[in-house]
Amino acid sequence: MPVRSRVKTFTMDGQDVSGHESETILEIARQNDIDIPTLCQLDGLSIIGACRLCLVEVVGWNKLVPACATYVEEGMEVVTNSERLQNYRRMIIEMLFAEGNHVCSVCVSNGNCSLQYLATKLGMDYVRYPYLNPDRTVDMSHERFVMDHNRCILCTRCVRVCDEIEGAHTWDVEGRGYKSHLITDLDIPWGDSRTCTSCGKCMNVCPTGAIVEKGKPAGEMIKRREFLGYLTKMRGVNNNE
Amino acid sequence: MTQTITIDPVTRIEGHSKITIQLGEDGSVADARFHVTQYRGFEKFIEGRPFYELPGIMGRICGICTISHELAAAQACEAIMSVRVEGTAADLRRIVNYASLLQSHALSFFYLSSPDFLLGMESDVAKRSIFGLLETHPEIVRDGVRLRSFGQKIIERMAGRRIHPTWIVAGGVSEPLDAGVRETILAELPEIKALVRRSLDWFKRAMADYHEEARVFANFPTLFMTLVDEREDVLELYRGRLRVVDSTRREILADFHRTEYQDYIGEAVEPDSYLKSPYYKPMGYPDGIYRVGPLARLNVIGKMGTPEADQELAEYRGLNHLSSFYFHYARLIECLHAVERIEDLLDKPSILNPRVRAHASANVSEGIGVTEAPRGTLIHHYEVDEQGVVTGGNLVVATTHNNLAMNRGVLQVARRYIDGENLSEGMLNRVEAVIRTFDPCLSCSTHASAQIPLRVQLLDPAGAVIEEALRG
Repeated sequence: MPVRSRVKTFTMDGQDVSGHESETILEIARQNDIDIPTLCQLDGLSIIGACRLCLVEVVGWNKLVPACATYVEEGMEVVTNSERLQNYRRMIIEMLFAEGNHVCSVCVSNGNCSLQYLATKLGMDYVRYPYLNPDRTVDMSHERFVMDHNRCILCTRCVRVCDEIEGAHTWDVEGRGYKSHLITDLDIPWGDSRTCTSCGKCMNVCPTGAIVEKGKPAGEMIKRREFLGYLTKMRGVNNNE
Repeated sequence: MTQTITIDPVTRIEGHSKITIQLGEDGSVADARFHVTQYRGFEKFIEGRPFYELPGIMGRICGICTISHELAAAQACEAIMSVRVEGTAADLRRIVNYASLLQSHALSFFYLSSPDFLLGMESDVAKRSIFGLLETHPEIVRDGVRLRSFGQKIIERMAGRRIHPTWIVAGGVSEPLDAGVRETILAELPEIKALVRRSLDWFKRAMADYHEEARVFANFPTLFMTLVDEREDVLELYRGRLRVVDSTRREILADFHRTEYQDYIGEAVEPDSYLKSPYYKPMGYPDGIYRVGPLARLNVIGKMGTPEADQELAEYRGLNHLSSFYFHYARLIECLHAVERIEDLLDKPSILNPRVRAHASANVSEGIGVTEAPRGTLIHHYEVDEQGVVTGGNLVVATTHNNLAMNRGVLQVARRYIDGENLSEGMLNRVEAVIRTFDPCLSCSTHASAQIPLRVQLLDPAGAVIEEALRG
């Protein structure tokens, strides 16, 4: 009788690879230096598979799957970078740009932004959708930080880090679809929040210029995310399991 | 039958505009107007932004005078923060401001206007440009390119990049001066000073051929306004008090702090232009016509404050200070002054001091910043809420101040040169050339996209277009 192995062998872009059954396609890709773009995913935070940038093809499967949220299986043939995937990824980035007010040239995160980096890397040279130019606000009520809803892409990294790592759960999402937006506590100004510990973790994990330090002019906002790896390692937490 | 000539677009200026010339029944010029046909809207879309982002946002108004907008915005922000930037940070800003003046004046004088002086107002229009000059006066073109590049490179070396640097921040500057950069700039200064001196020499000789232009290029009495140093009666471009003198330039009509500008400057709106028409309030509209920019600066101040520029100022004093033609001359004198000042500032032992930035949040609800841009006085005025979110803004840009004078200048030149019966390109060029003396930057002034084109329309008394000359 065959023994069920917990190590799966399969191929990724034609290359023979292997991984533990508890590992995702994204983890194995990174171990093998295969680059799959991500935006909502951040090592140390739980997986939500929301941004869909890491979608990959598996031969024989009739739909695309998010690499961050799909565990490896024996014999699967993963394709990470087909023309179809590239087109979809660009489309996603374009939709993010069209949905918010992303003005890179004067943004505090200019040059240090994951959205801007991916737009350049994925070759976004125009946006095929009409810009919505939504009327969004900037919350400057917090003493040290600023929430600029114009730049928010709803990746919810802030929501997860605040809940899972800091344990405060100050952030959450209100509204549905196009009207979704981040709130602090029960939708009160951030500066009035009694749960916020002003730790700044949300600001550091935010991939864009949405949550930033107060007083930083254009291009000066640099996020530091190293803390997340150290904290999760010290605590022995693995939110991916 | 009367006619209207339209010059659309006006060429060799910065931004979009047109000129309409209305002819009377006898074919003579009845009226002429300068219209700015672009709209920017910066005052509106800064609303809702954190105030300290404004230097970065406002710098984007213009790729030529970025530094001026950033300085005015930063000063307004510092008023909101209740911070006064002194010492090394102020000196570093001054150096970059002089560098910006050099590159902008080089653009106006050499690239845009010198073809008129060197090739002639009536010369072949196809060759009347910097490219035409390259064939006839390559050494002068080289000087212009060199001067502009020198200014741009100072900005790049000190502020990080030539266009839209983000080095000027609310509270100071983001990086102190590098000792190596200081040495590099100092080493290039003697060559640049020699370049400016020889440009002054040939222009002074060339002026002899332009008596008639000097007589009719916006030559009329107006008031003049500029910033002056807070302590001495010398030129100060970065920060100071505002002063208005009468047309004789001998009587000071007003000397006031920037926060009082609305007591002295009114802003009228004309239906045919996106450019407002400011006027000196105590004299009303339109009698309170005034001019700003290099000519006004030299007319208002007692001294330049640097030895070689002061010698040139003494010579300038012998000329008719009311003619806008001498804007060009004033521009070159200011270049000499800027080179001298850059040298003085770089020689200061404190210039390498690393303490160049203050931090503060919004402490008051309103801030006004005033600086002298290459083309004149630049006012930025913001209002913020208690958290520092911008709730309103008002800009009075250098070119805007000159609007009434530019309009009157166009009429004066049109009356002298336009013959409705025999319209020639050379006539139209003189109408454009009077606008060029002011070195208008229309993209800045109206707060619209840029392309640099002039349209002259000839209208009949009923307003129908009879003839139209198009360029661009």
